[in-house]
Amino acid sequence: MPEHLLGLSTEAIGIWIAALLTLAIYSFLYKDNPVYKLAEHLFVGISAGYGVGITYQQVVVDLIYKPIFRPAAVNELRPDYLVIIPTILGVLMFLRFSRRHGWLARWPICLVMGYGAGAGIPALVQNMLEHTRYTMLPLVPYNTETQAFQWAAGLSGLIMVIAVVTTLCYFYFSKQHTGAFGRAGRLGIYFLMIAFGAGFGNTVMARISLLIGRMQFMFYEWWPLVTGLFHRG
Amino acid sequence: MLEKLLHLDRRIIFLLIALAVGVPLAGGWEFDQGGNPRTTAVYDHIEDLPKGSVVMIAFDYGPASMPELHPMAVAIARHALQRGHRVVCFTMYPDAPLLIEDVFDKATEGLDKEDGVDYVNLGFRPGFVNVILGMGADIGAVWKTDFKKRRYGDLAVTKGLRTYDDVGLIVDLASSDTPAAWVLYAQQRYKAKVAAGVTAVMAQDYYPYLQTHQLVGMLNGMKGAAEYEKLIGTRSDASKAMGPQSCAHFLIILLVIFGNIVYALSRRRARRATSS
Repeated sequence: MPEHLLGLSTEAIGIWIAALLTLAIYSFLYKDNPVYKLAEHLFVGISAGYGVGITYQQVVVDLIYKPIFRPAAVNELRPDYLVIIPTILGVLMFLRFSRRHGWLARWPICLVMGYGAGAGIPALVQNMLEHTRYTMLPLVPYNTETQAFQWAAGLSGLIMVIAVVTTLCYFYFSKQHTGAFGRAGRLGIYFLMIAFGAGFGNTVMARISLLIGRMQFMFYEWWPLVTGLFHRG
Repeated sequence: MLEKLLHLDRRIIFLLIALAVGVPLAGGWEFDQGGNPRTTAVYDHIEDLPKGSVVMIAFDYGPASMPELHPMAVAIARHALQRGHRVVCFTMYPDAPLLIEDVFDKATEGLDKEDGVDYVNLGFRPGFVNVILGMGADIGAVWKTDFKKRRYGDLAVTKGLRTYDDVGLIVDLASSDTPAAWVLYAQQRYKAKVAAGVTAVMAQDYYPYLQTHQLVGMLNGMKGAAEYEKLIGTRSDASKAMGPQSCAHFLIILLVIFGNIVYALSRRRARRATSS
């Protein structure tokens, strides 16, 4: 591959393409247009193509071809023919596209579901118990060494208990939300709103970060190339 | 006037946000980042590891999340390498292996570190849960070669690295729900030490894991990356982004207040119109 094209290095050409595609995508903020559509389709196509290429190289070649035909390349002394079994199961997945043999795709799906449930359910239950355990905080905590009352930890534990109980009340639908139970449920709504507010704040930060990332690219990598063109001219 | 404000063209808001980000970025405005116990916990854990320990970084993100997670990866990898630890990176995202290469290029700048001796990119493997569970039994059986097709057993950096028992810390840099999988299958089952670096959108979901001590610590979005950069004494993309970030947040707060005032005024006017 040539290192220079039309007086620009391949790296500079890459930056120009990325910058123009960035502008094309952001043009959607003004209104939908063909340039945006072009950039969007390029993104989807290139992402899919790149994913297929990497997956072929690192899965089909490295995990199927090499263990069977070139074992030395993967640290093995002899061919690993067991790889053929999951490979066949993987191929069966593609039979979903066949009307006649589509039912065969159920076998690998059953295997995946069974394995997923077997590995996942005990771990999820253990995780839930762990989280439940840490919800049961002492309401009157003392420092074990100094015997001093830790008011901040006590207050935190109290808020935690109230928030958990009242939020659960809000989501309990087998009893009418009236009286003390209804008031507890309404308090639960406030805790939920605080949680949603925190979530919204974090979401804003994430989205702004993405914009900053693109702007940093435009300012620090593309703009010097643009000014360089004028200086050269 | 009120009607105009109620139906303000959203493109004006886009323009204001662009200015709130662009002006501080062009002007190089900086805002100092305070400490954060969740970020400091990750830093302290790496500091306290004996020299030569293995720090694993799982790159569970693609290019779309680079602005938030890439600076974290560079900062953590650089910190671990500076402390004399071995850095082993891998991904279960097909588009991430080249991101790992980019991180090593930046993290090793000015350091006398060698690929395959001090750090390695093991590349991509599919099958998330299988990979995490498989590594608990035998890491070399899962990653038989690295991204550059060198055999696992031939690499100096992976010498003696067989299971999670040989790993000082696993840092999952994630743009989806993968830290939970690392906790479920590596921390709970194999007692591995796990930390997370997550996009800000996901951070809220992972605070309970800090309370239960299932996560050693957590970096929250670009701010978490900036905090880590400050801890290791560098000033890179995330630190430079905190000026624009703060200005954009301030603008959004103003817009929320402004929107609520306009809405309240319009409701009052509507009530008056109804009563008269």
